[in-house]
Amino acid sequence: MGEQLLQLLFSGLTVGSIYSLMGLSIVSLFNITGILNLAQGEFVVIGALIAVSLCSIGMPMIVVFPVSILLAALLGGLIERLTINRARGASNLNMLIITIGISISLRGLALLIWGTDTYSLPAFTKGGPLFLGGAALNPQSIWIFALAVVNFAGMYLFFEHTYWGKAVKASVNNRTGARLQGINPHTISLLAFVTAGGLGAAAGVSIGPITMVTYDMGFMLGVKGFVAAAIGGLSNVSGAVIGGLFLGILEAFSSGLISSSLKDAISIIILILVLLFRPEGIIGAKRERKI
Amino acid sequence: MKKSIKSWKFIPCLVLLLALSLIVGGCGTNSQTDAAGKEAYKIGAVIDISGNSSSLGVPERDTLKMMEEQLNAKGGINGHPVELEILDNKSTEQEAVTAVKGLIDKGVLAVIGCSSSGPSMAMIPTVQNAKIPMISLAAASSIVEPVSERQWVFKTPQSDIVMVNKIIGYLQSNNLQKVAFMSMNNSYGDGGKKTFAVAAKESNITIVAEEKFAADDKDMTPQLTRVKASGSQAVIVWAIPPSASILTKNFKDMGLTIPLIHSHGVGNQNFIDLAQGAADGVILPIGKLAVADQISADDPQKKVLDNYITDYTKKYNSAPNSFGGYAVDAFNLLVNAIEKAGADRTAIRDQLEKTQGYTGISGIFNMSAQDHNGLKPDSAVMVRIENGKWKLIK
Repeated sequence: MGEQLLQLLFSGLTVGSIYSLMGLSIVSLFNITGILNLAQGEFVVIGALIAVSLCSIGMPMIVVFPVSILLAALLGGLIERLTINRARGASNLNMLIITIGISISLRGLALLIWGTDTYSLPAFTKGGPLFLGGAALNPQSIWIFALAVVNFAGMYLFFEHTYWGKAVKASVNNRTGARLQGINPHTISLLAFVTAGGLGAAAGVSIGPITMVTYDMGFMLGVKGFVAAAIGGLSNVSGAVIGGLFLGILEAFSSGLISSSLKDAISIIILILVLLFRPEGIIGAKRERKI
Repeated sequence: MKKSIKSWKFIPCLVLLLALSLIVGGCGTNSQTDAAGKEAYKIGAVIDISGNSSSLGVPERDTLKMMEEQLNAKGGINGHPVELEILDNKSTEQEAVTAVKGLIDKGVLAVIGCSSSGPSMAMIPTVQNAKIPMISLAAASSIVEPVSERQWVFKTPQSDIVMVNKIIGYLQSNNLQKVAFMSMNNSYGDGGKKTFAVAAKESNITIVAEEKFAADDKDMTPQLTRVKASGSQAVIVWAIPPSASILTKNFKDMGLTIPLIHSHGVGNQNFIDLAQGAADGVILPIGKLAVADQISADDPQKKVLDNYITDYTKKYNSAPNSFGGYAVDAFNLLVNAIEKAGADRTAIRDQLEKTQGYTGISGIFNMSAQDHNGLKPDSAVMVRIENGKWKLIK
């Protein structure tokens, strides 16, 4: 039984770090621009699909990883200039709807270029799973977890402990005020989308070996990432990480111990409960509102 | 007041949209007539070209296009060219029903599709009401059973029971009595699960664990953890890629060593490629197409199989798979029936039901009023995947 629980925990942590990565990207963009980006899942898919193409022409993984991040970051920036930037001044609801449009367009683009096939990506490190306490752990899971940790640490330090991070957050609350301080919100918005594209690709290339890549898998990833972010209160970086891991582990244990058909229902039920009873997130995000 | 003025601006936009949609809608194909002036026979197809079952649907679409070309190059059916309209159902039930209704409105003689069991099942009430013959390319037995409620529905892949009996035979000859059964949470998985449960009971095989997963699940380790704890001697999986491939990878990663038996749903190269080496050792029942080079030369299907492989490989530069084979059989059965019946749907249905001794890709079809599939257990073989290739188990 102990071995079984440990195996479920590993599975939950793997899936949970994928959700955390998604949640982190959503939260960082929300913090910087005030836009809830529903196209984040598509950035992940496009990044992973670019990596698939690069791999197929024989590039080694160590080159593929940065190149796909770079290309996806460029795409993120291009999209910001073509859509978000043109709609500057629009309400956040309009922006949200624009991101839905971006998500549908990117999915269509992926369908046109890569078709409906499912692709797989090679794992970062060769070799079979590790066995800890009788439970198997895929080395790629460790990579994903590590990426989530690095992402988290980077963002936490940036937003909470640097002058610029705080400045960026401030510019969301008061654009005019930020301008007066010499911060150009349009440049920041561009940089935010470039980062979102790059982070999406990093997530896509790392999860590809485990989840495989299909042009239409972005939507569900986006939803799970949104749930992870919402559990943490949407603007809280550590909340998104904890939310993602919590969701992944809960899904693994509920499908492993109760019934596997419950899994997706659980994440949506949690989303509804959080939004109903603790819209500020289950992890004390109230502190942030007091600033 | 201000608001009402604003809403006026929307009306021209709406009108424009409506007009556009009418123009697009009006661009439907007009039936062509060939040089001899004979009217084209219209056939519809609803295939899972995108979405979860696209690994099935794409080879089917490619095959159907090739068959249509070949037939029209030979002069069509009794001098009538054939016009095949293929629609994508995006692997969903709703789109399948919308598509088939559209095809019926366009006056097709018969419908081929869908690739997977769920969308096929969803189309049945519509074709039954409209009295249009339908040939499904999906596996679940319930698509054509009970025949009394499915007079208009036929299917070309081997029914679950054919494949289940092959698997049971394998389990018995290897003395495996306690098994775990894992299935996708959809019609295909449920069909296999039901059929297997009945057949296992009859042959004294105990199912010690039953697990389900969704078609877009990314990790089946939790389910496999339960299987591992159940003490089963073999695992039977009823699924299609990509979930079937992910499961196979998880299975290997967890270090499970009991036999892993899949269904014919994984009968394409895509399954092996996606599993990245983890597919080696997987056992499954499959039509003879996959091992056409290993079956004996005097097999009655040998020539049909070789011809299809040559034609398909020449056109698409890749080897065909069993799913494309289902489309070959559906198309040929339909053409044979129309040849005898002409442009009369009831007569086409009657002819389909009378099909006897048609040697196809999936086997030799002998239909009857009680059997709208017409394939016997000898239409499948057991194979093992070795070094990424199918090997016939003799």
